Amino acid sequence: MSMNVSYLYSLLAVIVLGLIAYAGAAIGLEALFGIVIPYLAVLVFFLGFINKVLDWAKSPVPFRITTTCGQQTSQDWIKQSKIDNPSTTTGVIIRMLLEILLFRSLFRNTRVEIKGKTVAYKWVVWLWLFAIMFHYSFLVVVIRHLRFFVEPVPFFVSSLEAVDGMLQIGLPGLFLSGVVLVGAATLLLLRRILLPKMNYFSRPADYFPLFLIIGIALTGILMRHFTKVDVVKVKELTLGLASFHPGIPEGGVGALFYVHIFFVSLLVAYIPFSKIMHMGGVFLSPTRNLANNNRMKRHINPWNPSVKIHTYEEYEEHFRDKLKEAGIPVEKE
Amino acid sequence: MSEVPKPDELIENIDHTPPEEEWEKIESPITEGRFSYPAKGKNLEVMEFRAPGEWSPKDEEWPLPDNWQEIIHEGFKERLEKYRSLKVFMDICVRCGACADKCHYFIGTGDPKNMPVVRAELLRSIYRKDFTTAGKILGSIAGGRSLTKDTIKEWFSYFYQCSECRRCSVFCPYGIDTAEVTMMGRELLNLLGLNINWIMEPVANCFRTGNHLGIQPQAFKEIVDFLTDDIEEITGIKINPSFNRKGAEILFITPSGDYFADPGTYTFMGYLMLFEALGLDYTLSTYASEGGNFGLFTSSDTMKKLNSKMYAEARRLGVKWILGGECGHMWRVINQYMDTMNGPADFMEVPKSPITGTVFNNAASTKMVHITEFTADLIRHNKLKLDPSRNDSYKVTFHDSCNPSRAMGLLDEPRYVIQNVCNNFYEMPENTIREQTFCCGSGSGLNNEEVMDLRLRGGLPRANAVKHVYEKYGVNMLACICAIDRAAFPPLMEYWVPEVGTTGVHELVANALVMDGEIERTTNLRFEPLKEEEDESDE
Ligand code: SF4
Ligand code: SF4
Repeated sequence: MSMNVSYLYSLLAVIVLGLIAYAGAAIGLEALFGIVIPYLAVLVFFLGFINKVLDWAKSPVPFRITTTCGQQTSQDWIKQSKIDNPSTTTGVIIRMLLEILLFRSLFRNTRVEIKGKTVAYKWVVWLWLFAIMFHYSFLVVVIRHLRFFVEPVPFFVSSLEAVDGMLQIGLPGLFLSGVVLVGAATLLLLRRILLPKMNYFSRPADYFPLFLIIGIALTGILMRHFTKVDVVKVKELTLGLASFHPGIPEGGVGALFYVHIFFVSLLVAYIPFSKIMHMGGVFLSPTRNLANNNRMKRHINPWNPSVKIHTYEEYEEHFRDKLKEAGIPVEKE
Repeated sequence: MSEVPKPDELIENIDHTPPEEEWEKIESPITEGRFSYPAKGKNLEVMEFRAPGEWSPKDEEWPLPDNWQEIIHEGFKERLEKYRSLKVFMDICVRCGACADKCHYFIGTGDPKNMPVVRAELLRSIYRKDFTTAGKILGSIAGGRSLTKDTIKEWFSYFYQCSECRRCSVFCPYGIDTAEVTMMGRELLNLLGLNINWIMEPVANCFRTGNHLGIQPQAFKEIVDFLTDDIEEITGIKINPSFNRKGAEILFITPSGDYFADPGTYTFMGYLMLFEALGLDYTLSTYASEGGNFGLFTSSDTMKKLNSKMYAEARRLGVKWILGGECGHMWRVINQYMDTMNGPADFMEVPKSPITGTVFNNAASTKMVHITEFTADLIRHNKLKLDPSRNDSYKVTFHDSCNPSRAMGLLDEPRYVIQNVCNNFYEMPENTIREQTFCCGSGSGLNNEEVMDLRLRGGLPRANAVKHVYEKYGVNMLACICAIDRAAFPPLMEYWVPEVGTTGVHELVANALVMDGEIERTTNLRFEPLKEEEDESDE
């Protein structure tokens, strides 16, 4: 079976971008890749992110369209599903927390198969598992990197690092989060490439961020364990960025670092224009962030239009004789 | 109608492997059995919609207005500004595929464009190209696509192969509701005058006459008289419901399907018998003689127009509150839209059962109670004399009608009622009930003859679950709380599980209901002998 190979374009794009940064650093453009582009990326990220969220917020939520996944509020002897069909703000908050922290809806996932003459459903946990691994390892990696941007290193960053490096493999110690991140991203990627359904609707925009993230993680691991980048110098550069006293450390930090930071910059700048905005959008989804109390409380549609209706008077005008004939009371005899 | 293969053949030939080519490159097939006929001019004119004249989806050229692209662009923009849901749903799908195999139309057709994610992508690709920076610059690399005449055909094809059942939204990590996307897509098509008749005719009828079927007031009364004659024959009790009576305590509204055809009529008889047994002070209305609202399948404005009659009539008649019958999307409209669109209903009182004194605080604002909430409360308070053995010839399972389950969460009330009026109740498998329930395959205006192929396929997951309980427990009756279900299931069951009949919950209630002064019942509401009698006559 030939496959949709749009992922190759994304892979190629990431490789080319990596080479550009590598070559750029090699020919002395460290300041461009180490200072200018990171600053620009962060700027684009903030402006883009804020712009997107404001743009969403600008559109009203005229109707409450909560998707209910359990029993409604009813009589007190009927047990309401307070989280999946919340009627209070507390319920909504818990529902959102479970969704955002535990990916609850994904946990429900089933796969359908036609087996002979029956339709069969199987609970499948893989998507949930890969997604959880991916997001949490990413989070740990990001927090861990705070040590490069603040001095002194906050307590929680060091303790997280300690836990993350618990296995004490190699020197410097291997961070679990990095390995899990590469692993989970690769699994998500393979899922997209190898499962025909996923492959069918996946496009470069779906593959690109995955390759980019894998690129970031791999360059990070390479630097730490193989090219043994000079961490003190890296920190000098990153602290400089964070304190708005940017500078390129004497003696340089190696071209691989610039590939790494270029990838990170690209990812950061790409977020507001891509599906990665789900990190903001998940909070704004009207099917999940509203209580299903529509019949209890009145909600207002800011643009509620006035429409032409067929009034009772018009109706009676039309049917008066028939109504009278049938002995049904009318307003006007 | 197109040829429909035999069930075994149909199911064995469903192939869920998508084609090799990318969906953007595949022209959407307009195949017999998968498209509904366009709306007739007279119906469009009643609603003041663009009437493009006679056309068929199979035509090469569709009757689009000259500035159709502009109309779509403006319409899209307007909707993005009006609905945060649309904007957010356009932006945040990560194409994780969790929704892909959750749609009954995908399961039954194997057509990959029926995967909810792709269905939404049909609209999203245009959104990206026309409304996002990345799409404007990067085009197809960012998933953008230019709007062409083929896009419109594709939209027509696939937005009318979605029953807006919202099952996909349950599984999406962000709650992306493809039904919402479909609704917007249909609104856009409506701007071009591309509507289907099975939706537009009920809409036009409902607007003018008060109900989908265009039943005029005197005919409504005649039908009800006819049904009360049947009730008298079965129970010996003559019922005289009132119409348009001012000062009644309760206005009762149900879908016209309930009084139009079997098996809905039995459910309707059930309501009347229940109210009679309670001595309820209620009235029916000929003006608001429709619970269902096909405006939901057309546009938000149309939905509002049709829905307005409920409150208008309640106000005119001076009732205290409204009781609503068994209907699927009627309750979605009531729960999610009515109060916002046509409220406040401050001329009524918070519903209170005159029999039990229970106050329905969950309907404090809309002032409208679902009949299974009402009946469950009666049973809970021991206000009904019930003989469940009269339903002994039925082994019942319950279909959670999509809309009340996924828009409201009305799950336990109907079950409580059924379990109190029947001795034999069996649940279908877990993945197919409650919020994971499967559509009848004929919802949102797709209940017409010409899409029978689509309906039988879309109804497969539901039918298959019924078949499971038929084989396991001998289930022979499928209960539901939706008039569309009652119209859609008979042919669906006939095809997949012919041994199983269809009923509304209140038909079962009325069978079991022991009314004061009734004669000894020998038949159920369908004039089928009650079990004992059957045995006797056998001997
Ligand atoms: S489940 Fe949601 S995020 Fe995933 S593909 Fe479907 S709509 Fe997109
Ligand atoms: S709303 Fe229902 S019919 Fe429409 S795509 Fe989702 S699951 Fe399919």
